[in-house]
Amino acid sequence: MIVKVCVGSSCHLKGSYAVIENFKKLIEKYNVSDKVELQASFCLGRCSTGVTVLADDRFIDGVNENNTEEIFVKEIMSSLK
Amino acid sequence: MRIFDTNVQQIKYEVLKALIRNAYENNIDNIYVDIPKMISPGPKANLRCCIYKERAILQERIKLALGGDKNNPNVIEVLDIACDECPIGGVFVTQACRGCIFHGCAEACPKGAISIIDKKAVIDKSKCIECGLCKKACPYNAIIEQHRPCVMSCKVKAITMDENKKAKIDNDKCISCGACVYQCPFGAIADKSFVMETIDILKNSNENKNYKVYAVIAPSIVSQFKYARIEQVVSGIHKLGFHQVVEAALGADITLYHEVNEFKEKGLLTTSCCPSFVMYVEKYFPEFRQYISSSVSPMVETAKLIKSSDKTAKVVFIGPCTSKKMEYKTEKANKYIDSVISFEELQAFFDARDVDVTKLDDTVLDNASFYGRIFAKSGGIARGVKDVSESMGIKGVNPVAMNGIDECKLNLLKLKIKKSEYNFFEGMACDGGCLNGALCLHHGPKNLADVDRYGNEAKEKTIDNSVKLYKLANGIKDEEETGKK
Repeated sequence: MIVKVCVGSSCHLKGSYAVIENFKKLIEKYNVSDKVELQASFCLGRCSTGVTVLADDRFIDGVNENNTEEIFVKEIMSSLK
Repeated sequence: MRIFDTNVQQIKYEVLKALIRNAYENNIDNIYVDIPKMISPGPKANLRCCIYKERAILQERIKLALGGDKNNPNVIEVLDIACDECPIGGVFVTQACRGCIFHGCAEACPKGAISIIDKKAVIDKSKCIECGLCKKACPYNAIIEQHRPCVMSCKVKAITMDENKKAKIDNDKCISCGACVYQCPFGAIADKSFVMETIDILKNSNENKNYKVYAVIAPSIVSQFKYARIEQVVSGIHKLGFHQVVEAALGADITLYHEVNEFKEKGLLTTSCCPSFVMYVEKYFPEFRQYISSSVSPMVETAKLIKSSDKTAKVVFIGPCTSKKMEYKTEKANKYIDSVISFEELQAFFDARDVDVTKLDDTVLDNASFYGRIFAKSGGIARGVKDVSESMGIKGVNPVAMNGIDECKLNLLKLKIKKSEYNFFEGMACDGGCLNGALCLHHGPKNLADVDRYGNEAKEKTIDNSVKLYKLANGIKDEEETGKK
């Protein structure tokens, strides 16, 4: 699965770099580095509900530094085969 | 409010604006007739000897706006009929000569070129070496020195006169810095435009549905478009049909990171951000070629990052620079940059598309760090290199900021004879750096304060997050980083 974190100006200001750092750690913690590829993306066009994450072709809105793990488990781990 | 410094810029802008408007109305069959008539309606000529010459020159400007002479690799061209064949008097005696008995001019001349005929000073041109000493000696300021502005502006002596006294550019010597473009008072030397290419990219994207179009903006933009806030200008660029605006300063952060690492390897380095400076080193100091940073410029670095996350993206660079129009055609850049337009051309775009940026809401712009943003001024890279190398634990970097080609020449000559105390050479062809680029709307000392303020407003005070982005895009893990830890 390709997970893209938006680093457009709006999401950047809402803390996308912290989200990226968290994702990096979580990918190691859950040992899924062979299944999840983390990327950054310029504006995904959903500035009002950022930080926006695109998991393959599915948008996940409202990610922040504090809910990253919850979202990672619920939205990403669950859809890995 | 006056937007441009000079009337020459204003005329170029009028042509571009009319052309862009016609292109969007799909009405370009008669532009060579319609646009000159519209700009110069007559019946009297305002600028040249007659209305027909005025219109003929406008036709030449339209040709340049459409991309110019395809057989000429240079982006800077002379408009023959616009060149006024300025006199090349050099040093000469004016009517103000009082015919004094002091004869200080003749005394001062080291070549004995001045004689007194009918009580007035006369210079023998075959002996005169144009040293200017007679000019200084005359108590009446009756001797003056006049040179062609184009020749004076060109620091690499690429401009000469042809047999018809028209300016001629030697492409082998020219570094495409654009100084002559800004300084020719008749607008007879101008830059080619790629606005038509940009319009095609925007139109064919079908409102970013077929592919997305990104604008990469040079950091010097903050000293321009002063009638609005930078955040409104960004909104305006969106309105023109761009999907997103990204700061070239983001790429500058990454360039900085590369250059510090490369310095560690080589121990001596020159920057590669300014394409005119790179051309200058290659043409005039080829022995230092190996020390030119192998990093791509911030423009290209930013576009690379965009294209790594969006494979079908198209990228248009917007800047103050004539030589970026050269750079993007090179092998290093053409995969990443699809077109380049100038600030002058952006202004024409806004007005042709009836985008009044002063009426728009703000769009936030915050991708880059303090260091990336101050790349726009002379000394910005040198400052960044010093701080970043310290934070990465790399010692011994001693940078110098070379401001304009004259300073570049001086410092590289010193280096050549091994008399330089420096080992990192920041080179910028324009005096003051990009904030005084040839295609800025206006030039002046205030631009510097704007760039400094913009740098200080950056949320990121270090380049760390920009570098993270670069590593993520290229699959580099933090542990592989050199220098740190």
